[in-house]
Amino acid sequence: MDWFRILIKSAALTALLTGCATPLPPLIEAPKLGMPVAADTLTAQMLNVFPDGRGLPSGQGSVAEGARLFARHCAGCHGKDGRGGTAEELTGASRPLDHSAADKTIGSYWPYATTLFDFIRRAKPMGAPGTLSADEVYALSAWLLHANGLITADTMLDAARLAALRMPNRDGFLWIEAP
Amino acid sequence: MSQITPRPGRIQRAPEGFLSPEQIREVSAGRRDFLRTAFASASMVVAGTSVARAADGDPAILTLPEHSTTLGRPVAERPYGAPSQFEAGLRRRESPGLTRVAGSSVSFSPLQGLFGIITPSGLHFERHHQGWHDIDPARHRLMINGLVKEARVYTMDDLMRLPSVSRIHFIECGANTGMEWGNVAVPTVQYSHGMLSCSEFTGVPLSVLLDDCGIDRKRAKFVLAEGADGSSMTRTISLDRALDDVLVAWGQNGEMLRPENGYPLRLVVPGVQGVSWVKWLRRIEVGDQPWATKDEAVHYIDLMPDGTHRQYTSIQECKSVITTPSGGQTLLDKGFHNITGLAWSGRGKVKRVDVSVDGGRNWRTARLETPVLSKALTRFNIDWVWDGSPAILQSRAIDETGYVQPTYAQLRAVRGTRSIYHNNAIQSWKLADSGDVSNVQVF
Repeated sequence: MDWFRILIKSAALTALLTGCATPLPPLIEAPKLGMPVAADTLTAQMLNVFPDGRGLPSGQGSVAEGARLFARHCAGCHGKDGRGGTAEELTGASRPLDHSAADKTIGSYWPYATTLFDFIRRAKPMGAPGTLSADEVYALSAWLLHANGLITADTMLDAARLAALRMPNRDGFLWIEAP
Repeated sequence: MSQITPRPGRIQRAPEGFLSPEQIREVSAGRRDFLRTAFASASMVVAGTSVARAADGDPAILTLPEHSTTLGRPVAERPYGAPSQFEAGLRRRESPGLTRVAGSSVSFSPLQGLFGIITPSGLHFERHHQGWHDIDPARHRLMINGLVKEARVYTMDDLMRLPSVSRIHFIECGANTGMEWGNVAVPTVQYSHGMLSCSEFTGVPLSVLLDDCGIDRKRAKFVLAEGADGSSMTRTISLDRALDDVLVAWGQNGEMLRPENGYPLRLVVPGVQGVSWVKWLRRIEVGDQPWATKDEAVHYIDLMPDGTHRQYTSIQECKSVITTPSGGQTLLDKGFHNITGLAWSGRGKVKRVDVSVDGGRNWRTARLETPVLSKALTRFNIDWVWDGSPAILQSRAIDETGYVQPTYAQLRAVRGTRSIYHNNAIQSWKLADSGDVSNVQVF
């Protein structure tokens, strides 16, 4: 808060020059506008998930339930099996990332499984974001990870299993600068 | 013909101009032919009057038009002004077929028709991930939470009482010029470079708000900005940058932000790709590591030839483009022309712009028009006399760090041809002897 520090500095300088024994108080108070956030308000908007799994809610979902949800909410744009639709390819990579027509699917490309949960929960389905429960988001994540060959059909996905999953292309990214 | 030839050339702005579609077709059919047969009728329509050459007495002057002989329209007839009816062709455009859902798409700024460095707010480019909304400012809130002493929430009234600053900065989508990585793909500068705009933004430095909430300086390393739209767009920003020149802005070119640009509140992250300038900003979380959200772990990432990816390539490197003459325009005559364009750098000020008319063999240094501001568009101009022979026009910008805008050959040698984002190669416009300007790539 540069302007505020400048005011404090000039107040201190004034004190020095005038030989006051005690420094003058700041010329103005720190703004402190806004309001402290109530705990339930805070959690209502805490959607984000870290790659280490912090922020994942409790709950769980199965691959089978995810298949049903995908057919209802996602297949219209992403295709019945998560490919071949008008929207981004999510499954079925056959050409590697150094191929001239590389397939960039969740299984072949995405570095973190947590990103999947975070994105589905905050933004999907496109026309009605924020309407899926935590269990439903776990189930959709489970089906997508299974369809990419990353978990078995009987996996019950939850926070611990999602955070522990190491994606195949995890080391395919090089940070160029701080974000 | 001899009376017509010395007439100064005029440029038709692409893809629209002052000529009718029929006249543009005539120009396209061949400039020489056009000049011989159609010039008189063309200038009639252009001038909106009945005769042609000044030598015969120009009716645009000799016959007083209605606007000189009648009372004009009253004040405040249009309480919020609008452009002239003759500028209707100047509009942002969606690239046909680029995206499948219009709410998750792009519209491009008509750079070929703009002057100076400020983008009119109504022509600012758009990129929405899940559509735009016109949000009631009375219901909008900004929360700051995470590694802070006290999570706080601000109303718009709270924010607008704080000490504000106004700064001119460019915003460029990371995917600007992204369709041109492999080959020439689009015809005009609107589509090749039009995910670029520049405005005066007014807001409060994010550092003021972070100090107000008391960030945990030992553990805090990053902040996450989150939007209030359906995508609730999120991007990680390093704390160093957040405390440097980032603004929480409500003002754009002297008025409130336009809804398409994030009304009532957006983040301004100077020099950084547009995706980080989160619109409809509702929350800033302070954390100790990047969140790896979808638009920083999956998209806005640079695919390298070996299949690896460069992540967090956020800064928009030095770049320039000639906006006139540019693709889709037509020079109607040889002789004097002003070559004009824009240069910018996410790392500071533009130091120099060179222009070539022979595909990069010879370069002349252009004039930089004031103001030349850090992380803002800079307008350049250079005089040119066209001798009527084919030419290839290029501009090359150098910023104050000494970085030189690369050629396509230099860029592809490092990054290949399959990337989407961060294409800052030198743009080439080919001028045919017909006067037609088209998009080409020169290696």
